Amino acid sequence: MAGGVTAAGLLAACGTNTGRSSGGGTIEQWYHAYGEAGVQQAVERYAKAYTDATVQVQWNPGDYDSKIASALAASNGPDVFESTLRVDMVRSKQIVSLDDLLGDARSDFTESVLASHTVDGQVYGIPQAVDMQMLFYRKSLLAKAGVQPPSSVAELIDAARRLTTDKVKGLFLGNDGGVGVLAGPLLWSAGLDYLTPDHKVGFDDPLAAESVGKLRQLFTSNSLLLGAPADWSDPSAFTQGLTAMQWTGLWTVPQVQKALGDDFGVLPWPALNGAGKASVPFGAYGSMVNAKSTKIDAAKKYVQWLWVQRGDYQQDFDLSYGFHIPARKSLAAKADKLKSGPAADAVRFVQDLGRPQNPPPWTAKMQLALSDSLNKIVRSGADATTELKNAAGSVQTELKRLYG
Amino acid sequence: MRKQRPLRAFRAGADRSKPMSSPGLERSLNRRDLSSLRLQTSARSAPFWLFVGPFLIGLLIFSYVPIGWSAYLSFFDAQGTVTPDTFVGLQNYADMLTGPFAQSLLTFSVFALFIVPLTFALALGLAVAVNRIRFARAFFRSVFFLPTACSYVVAAMVWKLSLFSGVRFGLANTVLDWFGHDPVAWLSNPDPPWYWLVLVTARLWLQVGFYMILFIAGLQRIPDSLYEAAYVDGARPGWQVFRHITFPQLRPTSIAVLLLSLIAAYQAFDEFYNLLGTARGYPDFGRPPLVYLYYLALGQTQDYGHGSAGALILALLIALVTLLQGRLLGLGRRD
Repeated sequence: MAGGVTAAGLLAACGTNTGRSSGGGTIEQWYHAYGEAGVQQAVERYAKAYTDATVQVQWNPGDYDSKIASALAASNGPDVFESTLRVDMVRSKQIVSLDDLLGDARSDFTESVLASHTVDGQVYGIPQAVDMQMLFYRKSLLAKAGVQPPSSVAELIDAARRLTTDKVKGLFLGNDGGVGVLAGPLLWSAGLDYLTPDHKVGFDDPLAAESVGKLRQLFTSNSLLLGAPADWSDPSAFTQGLTAMQWTGLWTVPQVQKALGDDFGVLPWPALNGAGKASVPFGAYGSMVNAKSTKIDAAKKYVQWLWVQRGDYQQDFDLSYGFHIPARKSLAAKADKLKSGPAADAVRFVQDLGRPQNPPPWTAKMQLALSDSLNKIVRSGADATTELKNAAGSVQTELKRLYG
Repeated sequence: MRKQRPLRAFRAGADRSKPMSSPGLERSLNRRDLSSLRLQTSARSAPFWLFVGPFLIGLLIFSYVPIGWSAYLSFFDAQGTVTPDTFVGLQNYADMLTGPFAQSLLTFSVFALFIVPLTFALALGLAVAVNRIRFARAFFRSVFFLPTACSYVVAAMVWKLSLFSGVRFGLANTVLDWFGHDPVAWLSNPDPPWYWLVLVTARLWLQVGFYMILFIAGLQRIPDSLYEAAYVDGARPGWQVFRHITFPQLRPTSIAVLLLSLIAAYQAFDEFYNLLGTARGYPDFGRPPLVYLYYLALGQTQDYGHGSAGALILALLIALVTLLQGRLLGLGRRD
């Protein structure tokens, strides 16, 4: 068992098979397994169209983020890959700066999205596609209960209560009561953040305790749907009428439209008070280049060609198969699918209210500490101030490791 | 009246071992001189190493070297690397023993305290019942053993999505509804801790059949002559015979079952991970030590220093508790 934990790392370290034996000039590129049909064929088509080098695409089902993390720590990683940016990758010199690839296109990328791929002023990932989460509500059920779409946390709690009947719950935030996906929105709604811009803990504040306390209030109010067969990322609970409102993602819009037609609207997570702001979290995979690659220059050129120069490919990649927002404003504005209805709202939310779900300095260890304390507060009823202080302590240790 | 099948089987086993000292072999040995005997020994050890060698090499590379390496890493700040250079002494151990990992160890010590006797009693009860049954014995044996062959992930999905789903049409909630009770969010709400009911029933369903088979094998090894002697001495069938004949005779099996189920309790992972974990993480409650280590050392954190320290602490704890249990139960003591 003790071996089991380190065996993976050991094997990764000992691996000598670089997977690049198929030819000196071949660039190896990794994607995670996108769920939508046709994406794999599309990215293979783009790779084939590149004439300056041979590009070999690898499709990776399963826990892709962990796989990339261990491949980067070892020497058998791909040359080009998609990932969210974590400051650890930069600190351990696992990836190279791509700041010089953007050129004139820099201003065309949505600022907050590009910022989520920037560490110490350098861009390390070229954003490919934006996914975001927001609150879906059923218009007819709200009208029946005489409830207006909520614009503050207090109104949301009240709406959830009034929409709850013996058959339908008011709100679904995930089977964990929203603890997993709402950490960011809860802090932003109180005018706080995970971390401050000068790398200090951002949530060691009475307002954070108050905001998390609101989720606890919802959790115990009997108006939250808990233990649904499909979790928050799937629209089933909403489309099957188990809940009147649900926190889920932009990717569910086609399914919800098919099931409910026009009978739904979308909202950001509302503000707690005057100091806070409504928000939507977004996540954006960016294309990165492995610092251990033997052909960094060729890989950078390929990334520039695919994600900066070929706007038509980004448009195809984002809109022809699934439902993502192009990272480039000009493409998002052109897309017919995103011009009306909830999808248009979503684009506006990301541009005006979007915050990165996992900003680069927010490490997995910090996430583990905050997630533990949110679980204790919201689900087990522990004291919010004490638990958030504990989490702040762990985050402080991580910050010290990263920034001294 | 009863057939002495076990005894006959034993004798048959003894017969099979006979050719080892057959006259033919002795004669052939006598004809050879000393040097050819030495040659024969090395020729004999060649097949030994041929068969054992690959296994031994595998064991060395995949078990002992990683354990040793793990011990080495546990004294270093080894985040994102397996060749660290910052020695931190016992800091990793101190961190693990004061953090959430210690809570996991405590929770799962209590879990072991409950699940081990429960598994033991249920497996033994089933084994005795199935063994006494006169009809459809193979059927009942298979029925109770079958869940062992079921994937933990599949079982966890069935438990989570249909039996203990939190919505009103989940099976458990349907039953509650008959009695006019509101639906319970079994896995979502830890207060009251209903999630243990889900975890424990899933684990029992998956594991009891396996231990039952061990007990059945043990039961069949008890010679019928012992029972006959007991009856001659006036023992009453039922509890008295079970207490004085069956249970003492099952001691080796009982010890094996206790040890295996204890280690399994500390190494819990699969059904826990699939029942309580979500794509965004695992709650702080009902979190097995291995699940915590998974999030800490693998995943995106890649903190091999703390992970290794935790793994060694867990291994040490399992060894300690096993030794303690062995001491209490007289493991290895001669009858």
